[in-house]
Amino acid sequence: MSFSPSVPGPPAGSPPAAPEARLPLPAKAAGVAAFFLIPVVLQKAGLGSAPYWLDVLNTVGLYAILALSLNVILGHAGMFHMGHAAFFAVGAYVTAVLNLDCGWPVLWTLPAAGLAAGLFAAVVAGPIIHLRGDYLLIVTIGIVEIIRIALTNDVFGLTGGPNGRMGIARPTVFGFRITRPQHFFYLIWFSVAVSLVLFRRLELSRFGRALRFIKEDPVAAEGIGINTSRHKLLAFVIGAVWAGFAGTIYAARMRTISPDSFNFSESVLLFTIVILGGSGSRRGVLLGSFLVMGLPELFRGFQESRLLVFGAALVVMMIFRPQGLLPPGPAAYMLPPPWDGAPGAGGARNGAFGGGADEAGGAGGPSPPAGGPAGTGTSGEGR
Amino acid sequence: MDFFIQQFCNGLTTGGIYALIALGYTMVYGVMKLINFAHGELFTLGAFLGYLLLVTLGLAGAVGPALGLALSIVTVSGLVAAAGHLLERVAYRPLRNSDRLAAVVSALGASIFLQNAIMIVWGSQYRAYSARLLPAVSLDVLGQPIPLIRILVFAAAAALMLLLWLFINRTRTGLAIRAAAIDQGAARLMGIDVSRVIAVVFVIGPALGGLAGLMAGLLYGQINFNMGQLYGLKAFTAAIIGGIGNIQGAMIGGLLLGLLESLGAAYVSVAWKDAITFVVLIMILVVRPTGLLPERVAEKL
Repeated sequence: MSFSPSVPGPPAGSPPAAPEARLPLPAKAAGVAAFFLIPVVLQKAGLGSAPYWLDVLNTVGLYAILALSLNVILGHAGMFHMGHAAFFAVGAYVTAVLNLDCGWPVLWTLPAAGLAAGLFAAVVAGPIIHLRGDYLLIVTIGIVEIIRIALTNDVFGLTGGPNGRMGIARPTVFGFRITRPQHFFYLIWFSVAVSLVLFRRLELSRFGRALRFIKEDPVAAEGIGINTSRHKLLAFVIGAVWAGFAGTIYAARMRTISPDSFNFSESVLLFTIVILGGSGSRRGVLLGSFLVMGLPELFRGFQESRLLVFGAALVVMMIFRPQGLLPPGPAAYMLPPPWDGAPGAGGARNGAFGGGADEAGGAGGPSPPAGGPAGTGTSGEGR
Repeated sequence: MDFFIQQFCNGLTTGGIYALIALGYTMVYGVMKLINFAHGELFTLGAFLGYLLLVTLGLAGAVGPALGLALSIVTVSGLVAAAGHLLERVAYRPLRNSDRLAAVVSALGASIFLQNAIMIVWGSQYRAYSARLLPAVSLDVLGQPIPLIRILVFAAAAALMLLLWLFINRTRTGLAIRAAAIDQGAARLMGIDVSRVIAVVFVIGPALGGLAGLMAGLLYGQINFNMGQLYGLKAFTAAIIGGIGNIQGAMIGGLLLGLLESLGAAYVSVAWKDAITFVVLIMILVVRPTGLLPERVAEKL
């Protein structure tokens, strides 16, 4: 296949098909820049509660990374995975152990944490990947519980039992020690940005398109020659690796980790972030993280009934907007121009499909026929 | 051997409770293809309503233990059934034709809501069922003293399961439930009111779950607002072990799980007791992806 992922750009006249292309690039850049100025503004405003709100934003960012990684498994591959906290836990504990027992600098443990979480996912997901929806759900919940119990029981004498591990070192970036919430803000939200970009590339890649196909119709996907279980397993592993990375950041930020931070409720929270925001949509997942992790902080005064309202809101949401707040748009891949078409026609066609197609890419170079597979690109999600 | 008999009896009692909860999961799943995550909270609600009647209002002291218990059984099952019915009306009925995932999340939301509602009403600390509710007598089973309460709980669980079995297999409504579990569309064509079947299922399941909560309170003496989470997970595990949608399977799965856990705690490790459950679940599903007994759920392609 010769599809190249569409480049984000201004809408080319046609009504925007993909939500990803809704905002023009300068607006996006300005938004991102404004967001990264938040710590500075909060500092200048001299609010006493500034560190608190930065901490809230950091939590939102951390959960955004986790939810984005879960989104690959749940949103793209369509597997009911409610055990993401397990991979997160593996990453966090690997970081803690390597830092405390082997003296590795915290951020240097990142690859090891991701690798360990990915390996763990490959081992446990291998035998269960073929399980049907609800069975997979309960098994992944079981995995979280097993991990939590193993951590509580001080498995291998490394996890510190119910109290967890304490005193993880501060991370340093190029000799700069990250200690305050505003420092973590940049570390975490930079990671969110990287995750967003990479997961976008993943979604548009051949692998990402195959996942979408598997989610829409596993039988047809298998029929066309996609190895569904291998793709699903790989999606699991990718999501787990990323959750492992998030575990490193979490351990570095909290400095103390204990089994209670990685329980079933945590997994449920991640699950609801993805579904509430819009399963399969990065923007939705980001919004979901803000709503689930950030919004309740505004209602600290109503501590007791916060979760009550959250539960009721989930029910109401599912009744009136089951696809999530910001569902993904129909797939928009940049199609190669028609075999015998004029350059102009090719451009028009791209514009109609992608919204964000750029003329140069559409017109240039010898192009293969737009054959049958083009159909996959336009499969909407029945909305 | 004595130790084994003790543990075996413990396992049967716990298993009876798991089985009662598992029946609610499996019946709802059979008819609606929905994991009713809020079912564990209905179990908790049963435990707390029992606490309200027996401890706060002192019912057992006022009218005697036997009548007090009977009254609380009727009240708890009735109230929890009403709650279950309401739950179905509010959280599940509007989602009947929508995506499976949406229903799952709605169930999770309902579960969070109920759990926190219980916490707001009764607080987050443990509540103790007073030990004097029932006479602390032990009966002799195979030369081992077994507390009366264990025997009562197991007998009650067994009686309820027998009743349910008769209801499912010997009445027209039971036939309708079985038919709807096999194929909703065909059942509808045969003149079965599927909405009514769902309503019935959402009365029986919660009633059994609520009673299981009452039993757990009496048996273990203390209850907590989030106890339903672990019980719910285990009972759902039991339902899966027995093949989800399969009513006999849920009974057998529950008893098996109770035995497994109790013997595992005794002979393997107490600390790993809960992990054993899930390890076994995973192993069973890896070998037999649809549970030990055949599931009674039609799969559409």
